[in-house]
Formats: sequence, structure tokens, C-alpha cells
Amino acid sequence: MIQTEKAVMPGRGGVFGAFSDGVWRHPKIFLLLLLLPPVLWLGVVYIGSLIALLIQSFFSIDEFTGLVNREFTLKTYGELLHPANLDIVVRTVSTAIVVTLAAAVVAFPIAYYAARYAKGKWKAVFYLGVMLPLWSSYLVKIYAWKLILAKEGILNWIFAQLHLTWLLDAVLAIPVIGGNSLSVSYLGTCIVFLYVWLPFMILPLQASLERVPANLLEASSDLGARPGKTFRHVILPLAMPGLIAGSIFTFSLTLGDYIIPQIIGSSRLFIGQAVYAHQGTAGNIPLAAAFTVVPIVVMAFYLWLAKRHGAFDAL
Amino acid sequence: MISAVKLSKINRHYGDVRALDGIDLDIAEGEFFALLGPSGSGKTTCLRLIAGFESPTSGHIEIFGQAVDDVPPYRRHVNTVFQDYALFPHLNVVDNVAYGLMIRGVDKRTRQIAAEQALDLIRLPGYGLRRPAELSGGQRQRVALARAIVNQPKVLLLDEPLGALDLKLREQMQEELRTLQQTLGITFVFVTHDQGEALSMADRIAIFNEGKIVQVDTPENIYQRPNTRFVADFVGSSNVITTAFAGITSDHTWASLRPESVKIVKTGGKSARVISLNYLGSLTRVALDIDGIRLHALVSSYDTLPEQGAEIRIDWNQQDVRVMQGER
Repeated sequence: MIQTEKAVMPGRGGVFGAFSDGVWRHPKIFLLLLLLPPVLWLGVVYIGSLIALLIQSFFSIDEFTGLVNREFTLKTYGELLHPANLDIVVRTVSTAIVVTLAAAVVAFPIAYYAARYAKGKWKAVFYLGVMLPLWSSYLVKIYAWKLILAKEGILNWIFAQLHLTWLLDAVLAIPVIGGNSLSVSYLGTCIVFLYVWLPFMILPLQASLERVPANLLEASSDLGARPGKTFRHVILPLAMPGLIAGSIFTFSLTLGDYIIPQIIGSSRLFIGQAVYAHQGTAGNIPLAAAFTVVPIVVMAFYLWLAKRHGAFDAL
Repeated sequence: MISAVKLSKINRHYGDVRALDGIDLDIAEGEFFALLGPSGSGKTTCLRLIAGFESPTSGHIEIFGQAVDDVPPYRRHVNTVFQDYALFPHLNVVDNVAYGLMIRGVDKRTRQIAAEQALDLIRLPGYGLRRPAELSGGQRQRVALARAIVNQPKVLLLDEPLGALDLKLREQMQEELRTLQQTLGITFVFVTHDQGEALSMADRIAIFNEGKIVQVDTPENIYQRPNTRFVADFVGSSNVITTAFAGITSDHTWASLRPESVKIVKTGGKSARVISLNYLGSLTRVALDIDGIRLHALVSSYDTLPEQGAEIRIDWNQQDVRVMQGER
């Protein structure tokens, strides 16, 4: 009899066992324990500092003493609208848009191949190929690109070997995006941004494409849709959450970066560089904070727009 | 008369695997045609060839007299109801149903009306604005059906459309499909592994086994005159006996005897021992042993049933023994 009892219900295993039993009986406590550390980190440290930043942006700087005046004012945001500062904002946002669109176009075939066709070994090759660049130092990669894109660099050499130097020169002669060489042009900046952020577009896109069942494509074809129409009406809408997720990465990372435009491109400032300069040498924390608010507002607007156009309907 | 679907000498090989091996098939216009077979027998591959999702390794396919060997699915006048429905998750029910019309460039108002009519036909009116995820399995099945028939295809292909439904719903849908086919007059080609479904719905049945068609016939003939041991066994689990045992002189070795043709008698016939009794409701299946040969009898549960282990006598009408012409 005793033996049967044992078999039906083994005893509690000490303190940890009692703890497990308690947690099992009160799932809400378990959830609380599970979420407490991340909520503390995210809520207090992360969101908290963001709010502190937001508050700083409503302070202003005294032009004579250089001290921060802790009275709420919109003066700093007014400064943001000065042509020189507005120029920085427009330059950064338009670069981010170009980089994001280019990343989407380049990433899509890669992600599509990986989601639809790559099996076994080739899937491993795909993941390795996409992740490998992330393993090496960010700075090393950017300096490597500076060498590649320089006037004496390998890209120029290849164009020369192919007798296409005239083509490169023609591209570089285009105002705004061109320059003396690729390494000192906006085009060069965009190329390097595209290279560095591409994995962040490919991976979410591949994940969303992987979730599209193959028989939906067959169904679309069965109902008379040519491959182009299937892409437009089935694949693209279902890949949209992945595209949006990827574009959040590429867009916000480009908006915030200050190293790539400093090393590659014309010496004109991006938002990141402006923030760096204002909070450091210039000591203008309020303006630095106001600059930081710009990407947040831009991203919020972008997500609102995406939601309004039904980009998350397939979620 | 032109056949709706005509397959000639179709082979479909995947490496060494012969999914379809020398298939010839003629499906008449307006027919309700079933492709029946166990899983892996090639019936679904056959359907996919007609739909155009796959191409045959060799052989020809004609749909209403037109060769479609190089025609992609989107230019074939056939529509498919998929096994797991394949409804578009990002579109609501009306947009799912109207998808084919939208692709063809039908204006929004016309296609909405057509979609609503199709939803009425499959008895789901007012469900238009729901998402597929909000529907039950049976409702999704109906939407998939509506999405196909709204295009007025020349041939409708159905890939195990009732497989995921529970018994009650399945029986109801069988009736509805049959009625729908008669109302629309479209040729239906229906893949199933359920012999009961094929027998009750189809005008004709093609039985697949290991990539080959072993018999094409009406349900009555398939059931009563199976061509091979495989058919006899697969459709309604017939007793397979030798012609010698049945007392028939024939060039062929094997014959089939339906369990319901085996009768328990008081005198005459053969002596048999009752191995087990299997209660099935109104009928009871009796497993019998006659000198080492196993036979099944299906008897009414309301009759006096023999005890397990009892020695009884059984008999059958000699005309119920069907010699299988397809076997040596």
C-alpha cells in the first residue's frame, strides 16, 4: 500500500521542490518573477533615461555663460530649425531612406532564396554568409571600405581594368551624391551603410518569408495570377512585417550612426555627428538632446504610416 | 466526344522513385471522378499534374482537347481546392473568394457581387468580412470551395477536401459537394484515400496503387467486381480466396468474396471455427477459420450470434464469388 502511494505521488524535493510546487500553483507569481528583471531594466534604466533625455531637450543654453538653463522652453527646438541644423536633419533622413530602400531591394532575393530554396547545407551557408560580417570589428570594416573606395583603391582599379573609368567618373560628376572619389562622396557613405546594415534587413525578411506556406503561391497561380501578380498580391503583403522590421533596423541605425559618415563621405555632418559634437566639445546638451529626439519622432511617424497602410495586417 | 481531362502515358519520376508509372486516364465532361488510393500511391501527384503545379517526366495531358503540357497553372482553365485550403491569411473572406476575379481585372463591384453569390451558394452568407483565422475548419473548407467555383472553371480539382473534417461534417459535406456538382455541371476530380467517400460520391473511380492505376470503374463494379487482390482488399476489405477453394474452374487463381455474402447456416456448406466477434453497431464482423484459411463474415447483430470458439457452418451463393481478372 505504501509502495503504491509512493509510485502515484513522489515526495517533494526539499526547498527547491517546494518552490517549484508553489510556482506551479500560482502561475502569476511565476510570470512576475520571469518579467521582473527585464521590466526593471527596460522600464527604469532604458525608458527612464529616454525620458531624462526628452526633458533635457526642453532646457536651453545661456549663450553668454554657456550654462544650461533649467527652465522649460522651446528655444532649443527653434535652433533645430536653423538652416544649418535643418540641413543636417534632411541629409541624415534622406540618406536613411535611400539606404533602407536599397537594403530592401538587395536583401529580398537573398532572403527569398534562403526561405524558399536553401535546404540543409545551403541554409547553413546562408546563415554563415549573412552573419560572418557581423563577427569582425565595425571600425576595421569601415576602414577597409575606405581603402576599397579610395581613388587608389581596388574599385577604381577594377573600373580601370574594364575600361569603365569614364562610367565611374560620370557617376561621381553627379552633383550632391558625387565627389572627388567614392570614399569622399555620399554615394560612398550609402554603399558602406548598405553593407554594414544589410544583415539586419535580410534576417527578419527571411523569417517572414519562411512563414509563407508554399501552397499559397500555388493557390494564387491556380487562380490565374502570373508570378509577378503573386508577388504583388501574396508574397509582398505577407513579407511586409519582415520588411518593416528590417527597415526599422536599417532606418534607425543609419539615423543614429556617427562613425561611417565621419570616415567615408564628404565632411558634412549627420545627426549622430551633430549630437556627438554638441554634447562633447560644445557642451550644448539641450541641443544634442533635441537632435536625438528627431530620429525618435521620425521613426514614430514611419511606424504610424506603416500601420495606417495595413503593413501589420498579416501579423 | 472530347474528354474533360485526358492523360496519356504519363510518367512522373523523382530520381528513382516512380510516383506515376504509365498512367492513362480519360475523364468525361460533367463527371464526378474520384482518384482513390492509399497515401503515396500517386493520386495527389496526378491531380497536381492536371493543375499544372508539376510537369510529367513524359507523356501528355489534354484538357478539353487542348494540350497543356507547357501551359503554366495560371493559364489553365482549372481550379483547385487544396487539402489544407490555402486561404490567404491577409485577406478577408470576400477578398479571398474574389481573388481570381481580381487577378482577371474584374471591377471591384462586380467581383464583390459574384463573391457574395458564391458565399450564398456554399451557405456562408454574411461571413465576408471575417478573416480565415476566425473560421472553423468546415467554414474554411467552404470558402476554399467558393474561391474555386467563383471562377467557373471547366474542371474543379479537389485534393482530399474533407480530410480534416470530423465525421458528421464530412458526411454532410459529401452530400453538399454532390449536389453542388450536379447544380454547376462542372467536371469534378476528387482525390481521396477514403473508399467510403469515393463510393458514395463518385460517378467513376480510378484506383491507384504504387504509381499505377489498377482499376477504373463505377462504384458498383469497383465494389462488386474488384479486378485485383489490392482493389478487393482496399475497397471494403473483401475476402480474397483461391478459385480452387471456391470450387470454380478458371484460368485465374484468385477470387473475392464480400464478407456480407458469407452466411451462417444450420446445415450444408463448410465447417468453420469462430475466432472472434467484432461488434460494429447494426452489423457484427465474425472472423472465421476454415482449415487454416481466414474468412470474414458480416452478419446482422439482431440475429443469434455464435459464441467465440464455436464450430459453425457457413455458406455463400456461388455467384457472389468474383473471379479477379486482373490477377494471373
